[in-house]
Amino acid sequence: MNNNPFSLINKTILVTGSSSGIGASVAIECSKLGAKLIITGRDLDNLNKTYKELHGLGHIQVIADLNKDEDIKALVSEIPEIDGIVHSAGILGTIPFGFITKGKIDEIFAINFASPILLSKNLLKYNKLKKNSSIVWISSIAGNLITSSGSSLYGASKSAINGIAKGMALELASKKIRVNVVSPGVIKTNIFNSGIISDNDLNMEVVKYPLKRFGNPEEVAFGVIYFLSNASSWTTGSCLTIDGGYTLL
Amino acid sequence: MEITSFIVNFAAQFEDSDISKFTPKTNFKIEIEEWDSLISLSVIAMVDEKYGIVIKGEDINNSKTIEDLFLIVKQKYEQ
Repeated sequence: MNNNPFSLINKTILVTGSSSGIGASVAIECSKLGAKLIITGRDLDNLNKTYKELHGLGHIQVIADLNKDEDIKALVSEIPEIDGIVHSAGILGTIPFGFITKGKIDEIFAINFASPILLSKNLLKYNKLKKNSSIVWISSIAGNLITSSGSSLYGASKSAINGIAKGMALELASKKIRVNVVSPGVIKTNIFNSGIISDNDLNMEVVKYPLKRFGNPEEVAFGVIYFLSNASSWTTGSCLTIDGGYTLL
Repeated sequence: MEITSFIVNFAAQFEDSDISKFTPKTNFKIEIEEWDSLISLSVIAMVDEKYGIVIKGEDINNSKTIEDLFLIVKQKYEQ
């Protein structure tokens, strides 16, 4: 294991949105590579499911609604120093442009954009991010490389992530903190199983992927692990697209 | 909840189709040429905005006529 540049042994990693989907998978895969995890989510039962699947010992779970300033502050004060954070808390809003309201803009941007920024800022302010630590954002190909009907607002929130990640990467380089982004295509998670998009439409969508299937959450997690590990020690401000070749066409 | 106003709200999601084409028995996915996935999303958003009801893509798939969809929305509305 010592020769494995992707090893996360002796690293403590905070993963938001780890109750389900990509966040849960990131937490579980990180634990398999030796990391100590701090997992957060809003729902105790779901968070506990992820917690039980973590390999190894010494993990921490914290219930937090990152939309609330007091929950961010409590989380930051409660946790030990960390070597990495993965911002995977997010919501998928399918809203045709004509139905966008101020409330919808506020909701999507609060969860996908503002909360993770404020969490990062507070971690820095209270010196919880160690030297050489890594910040990883889960973005999307939507808004950055492509779009689809009903994705304008969601895509905007995701492209905002890519924008701020570059600025953070530049400004945090003096602290030797790296900031990178993973942009997945459609991944099989509960968000996607919510039923807003019918099975029929999903079947029509899957054939547009050169690799002929949607992604699995762990295939995103492995990209995140690259950015968390020492394998990427000279990589900052980068975006890794993981999309089964979707954006080739 | 009345079907007449539902049909008006439903028809408002279309740009080029005349209101006279929309009746309770209209088989909208077949008979209204303009129908596409964006209009489907718009109908879901309209039902949420006007009636406070969340319907799914499956509900639209399972509806043949506008009345079928109206009855699904009405049932959820009255629950």
